[in-house]
Amino acid sequence: MSGWIGALFLRELRLSVRVGGGALIGVLFFLAVITVIPFGVGPDLNLLALIGPAVLWIGALLATLLGLDRLFQADRDDGSLDLMLMAGRPLELLVLVKCAAHWLGTGLPLVLAAPVLSIFLNLEPLAVGALTLTLLAGTPALTLIGAIGAALTVSLRRGGLLLAVLVIPFSIPVLIFGVSAAGAVTREPAPFLTPFLFLCALSLIALVVGPVASALALRFSSD
Amino acid sequence: MAILDLANPTRFLSLAQRLLPWVSVACVAAFVAGLYLTFFVAPDDYQQGATVKIMYLHVPAAWLSMLCYSTMALSALGTLIWKHPLADVSAKAAAPIGAAFTFVSLITGSLWGKPMWGTYWVWDARLTSVLVLFIMYLGLIALWRTIEDPIRAGKAAAVLTLVGAINLPIIKFSVDWWNTLHQPASVIRMDGPTIHASILWPLSVMALAFTLLFLVMHLMAMRNEILRRRVRTLQLHAASARHGVATPQAAE
Repeated sequence: MSGWIGALFLRELRLSVRVGGGALIGVLFFLAVITVIPFGVGPDLNLLALIGPAVLWIGALLATLLGLDRLFQADRDDGSLDLMLMAGRPLELLVLVKCAAHWLGTGLPLVLAAPVLSIFLNLEPLAVGALTLTLLAGTPALTLIGAIGAALTVSLRRGGLLLAVLVIPFSIPVLIFGVSAAGAVTREPAPFLTPFLFLCALSLIALVVGPVASALALRFSSD
Repeated sequence: MAILDLANPTRFLSLAQRLLPWVSVACVAAFVAGLYLTFFVAPDDYQQGATVKIMYLHVPAAWLSMLCYSTMALSALGTLIWKHPLADVSAKAAAPIGAAFTFVSLITGSLWGKPMWGTYWVWDARLTSVLVLFIMYLGLIALWRTIEDPIRAGKAAAVLTLVGAINLPIIKFSVDWWNTLHQPASVIRMDGPTIHASILWPLSVMALAFTLLFLVMHLMAMRNEILRRRVRTLQLHAASARHGVATPQAAE
C-alpha cells in the first residue's frame, strides 16, 4: 500500500529538483518580485516595514501560481498522467502525494527564503518569525487550492494565465488571514493567534477540498 | 411533468416557447408596477433624500447575483451527478446573466456610496466578497471559452462552480461576521424584516421583477445555447461529410 506512495513521492521530488524541473525558479522569482517593490514604492524603511508582510505574502502567492501549471501538465505531455489515471489507485491520494512533493520542491524553499528576504524589507526579528510561521502554515493551502486550477486547465495549451485567474479568487481568504496574522505582531493590540488558527483551518479545508476537486477534474479531462 | 422529461432538449425548447410570452408579459408588468411604486409611492428617506431610490435597483440586483450563482451550483450538481444534458446548458447560460447582475449591483452600490459614505469604494467585507464573486463569474466564462469541446468545458466549469459556492455564505454573512461599513441584513432575517412596510412593498415588487427578468433571460439564453450547439454539430457533420467525399478522390 505505502510502497507506491513513497515511490511516487520520490519520483516527483527528483523530477522537480533535476534539470528541467524548475523547483528553484520559484525562489528566484520571489527574490525578483521583492527586489522590484522598493523601486515601486520608494526605499523608505518605515514604509517597507509596514507593508513588508503583505509584500512577502503576495510574492509567495505569485511564485506559487507561477510553478503550478507544471503540476500535472508535464505528466500529461509525456503520457504518465494517463498511466496514473489507469493504475487503479485512489486518485485523490495520488493528487495529494503529488501536491506534497510539489510543495516540498517549490513551497518550502519560499518559506526558507522569506527570513532572508524580509531583511530587505526592514522587518523586526519577531515579525520575521511570525511571517515565516504564517507562510509555513499557509503555502500548503495555496498549493492545494492551486492544484484544482492546474487540474482544470491541464488539457489547455496556454493554461497558465487562466489558472492564475481561476485560483486567485480562492486564495484571497488565505492571503487575508496570512497577512493579518503576520502583521499582528508589529501592531500591538491585534491578536496573532486568531488569524493564525483561521489560516491553519483554511489549510486543513484545502487539504480535503483540493485533492477531491482536482481528482474530479482530472477524471473529466481524460475522457 | 417530471424534471427528467425536460432532459429532452426538443421538449424543453417547445416548453420554453410556450412559457416565454407569459413570463415576459409578467416581467414587464412587474417592472411597471415596481418602478411606479419606487418613484411615486415609496417615501424619500429623511436623511438620504431621493438617493434612497437606488436601493430598489441595488438590493434586487445583489440578490439576483447570488440567485444566479446558486442556480449555477445546482446545475453543476446536475451535470456531475445525474449528467443531465440540460444542466450544463443552464449553467453556461446563467453565467453571463449573473455577471451582469453582479456588475449592476457593484455599480449602483458605488453610486449610492459616493453621496452616503463619501467614497465610491471601500475594501469592506461585503463589497470585497461581491467583487470576488464577479471575478469568479468572469473566470468561469473564460474557462468555458477556452475549452473547445462543450461537454468537457461544462464538466470543468461544474467542478469550479461547486468549489466557488463556498463564497455564497461568506457574502450573505459577511456583514454579520465582520464590522463593516455596509449595513447588516434588514430583509432576510430569522426574526422578520426590520424595515418599514412602505419600503418593503416596492422592494419586494422590484425583487419579483428582477427574478422574472432573470427567468426570461435564462430561458432565452438556454434556447440560444441549445440552438448554438445544434449548429455546431451540423457544421461538424457537414465538415466531416465534405472530408469523407474528398478523401477517396484523393486516394484514387
